[in-house]
Amino acid sequence: MSTTVVSAAETDSNTRSQHLMSGDQTNFLNDIQDHVTVGTCFSENAKMSIKNVSVFYGNKQAIFDASVDITENQVIAMIGPSGCGKSTLLRSLNRMNDTIEGCRVKGHISMDGQDLYSPKLDVVELRARVGMVFQKPNPFPKSIYDNVAYGPKIHGLTDSRYELDEIVEESLRRAGLWDEVRDRLQQPGTGLSGGQQQRLCIARAIAVSPEVILMDEPCSALDPIATARIEELIEELSQNFTIAIVTHNMQQAARVSHRTAYFHLGKLIEVNPTEQVFTMPEHNLTESYITGRFG
Amino acid sequence: MEDIALENHIVKQFDEELDEIRTLLMAMGGMVEQQLQDSIQSIVKVDSGLADSVIERDKRVDEMELEIDEACLTIIARRQPAATDLRLVMMVSKAVNDLERIGDEAKKIAKQAILLSEQENPWGFTEVRHLGKAALSILNNALDAFARFDTEAALRTFNQDQQIDLDYQTALRESVTYMMEDPKSISRVINILWVIRSLERVGDHAKNLCEQIVFVVRGTDIRHQAVFDDTH
Repeated sequence: MSTTVVSAAETDSNTRSQHLMSGDQTNFLNDIQDHVTVGTCFSENAKMSIKNVSVFYGNKQAIFDASVDITENQVIAMIGPSGCGKSTLLRSLNRMNDTIEGCRVKGHISMDGQDLYSPKLDVVELRARVGMVFQKPNPFPKSIYDNVAYGPKIHGLTDSRYELDEIVEESLRRAGLWDEVRDRLQQPGTGLSGGQQQRLCIARAIAVSPEVILMDEPCSALDPIATARIEELIEELSQNFTIAIVTHNMQQAARVSHRTAYFHLGKLIEVNPTEQVFTMPEHNLTESYITGRFG
Repeated sequence: MEDIALENHIVKQFDEELDEIRTLLMAMGGMVEQQLQDSIQSIVKVDSGLADSVIERDKRVDEMELEIDEACLTIIARRQPAATDLRLVMMVSKAVNDLERIGDEAKKIAKQAILLSEQENPWGFTEVRHLGKAALSILNNALDAFARFDTEAALRTFNQDQQIDLDYQTALRESVTYMMEDPKSISRVINILWVIRSLERVGDHAKNLCEQIVFVVRGTDIRHQAVFDDTH
């Protein structure tokens, strides 16, 4: 062992630090012109199936040929930068897009094998089977009780007062709100706090026993504690319901979902198990987005 | 060699923080490399002064471990890293542990150097020199592979540990033979045995570094494999 080895070691650490300084620049925004969705889009246990769906607003195309299955009793999170089409796709799952003028949906969306865009389909019944929770809590200007009882009443799920009471209690319990409101069911729903209102909206959505619940940024108007409550609720609900959630909060997607779909400029880039997406995404665009390199 | 990009975050501060833990880890790597080199020198040159300085400098290695660990913790708390960033932070936090342990081995070797310097018998220098060279080489290669995030080099280095293990076994057998032939030398041979044991451990820690490099770049876990023979 001579001193020449020492100097060799010194030279080596110099080249090492030079390499650190230069830092290879990689082009993140690689071409997505001929895109193929990477990952596992299909599922053996699909509740809903989206096949080659494109959505247009007038002449503007918002979704380009997306195909993905929504697995039964699982949570799928849809993430991506603003304007990437994730909410558009979510809304086409219970035909909320029908209400937007000039909106056209091409391709096939089915639930349990039934075509959701068939002319024979009853849209009102569809929306009872596929419930929705929005970004801003939107309780009806009615009592807490009536907010939850409204759906079961208009869908004719029950005509007995006793059964209705049971549905209201059960839904509020499942939404984790019962203990907080049991003594004031006749007070207006709008008098609750933001987080409670959102849980009321979830109770209202589950009161009609939907099969699928769509959530469009359900926590973005809530504080961290209320958000944590909703996230815990999503976890519980996923045992009985199929849930699709759109979120801007990537940590939330990582926490609540089983699978994650990443959208970019109207294209479905990647669908994979959530743990894989957040530790080892397959596509460079997904990697760049979730690591905060653009968005 | 695969591409790995750690720059270009929207939050520039995040780039700097990731760069900082890499730079600190490299600095710690360089420091530990020097420690190992000096500890081996202190034995083969019978230099107890150098051994003392290795023991003294180990405190600085320990401090760096704490410093880098804290930087990793701060990044996790503040940035919630994902994907490559997450793998890098996890890797650095584990690598720091391995480097600190290599530092400890160097300190143990230096302690043996002081004991050995009081003895006349030159037996064991060849073994220490030979295994020492191999241990320095694997550590050097592992740190180089980390600096370049070069998985090919990391996998080559990973496999280098096998030879070190074989050389260690050989040295062990020689030592036993020597002790049986000359029972008076037992105490010295035991000192040498501690040293070659430490050098063998350095090989294991360097191997861990290589596993972590592959994990950062490819996301695949190659731990608990004797040899990695698939070069994808």
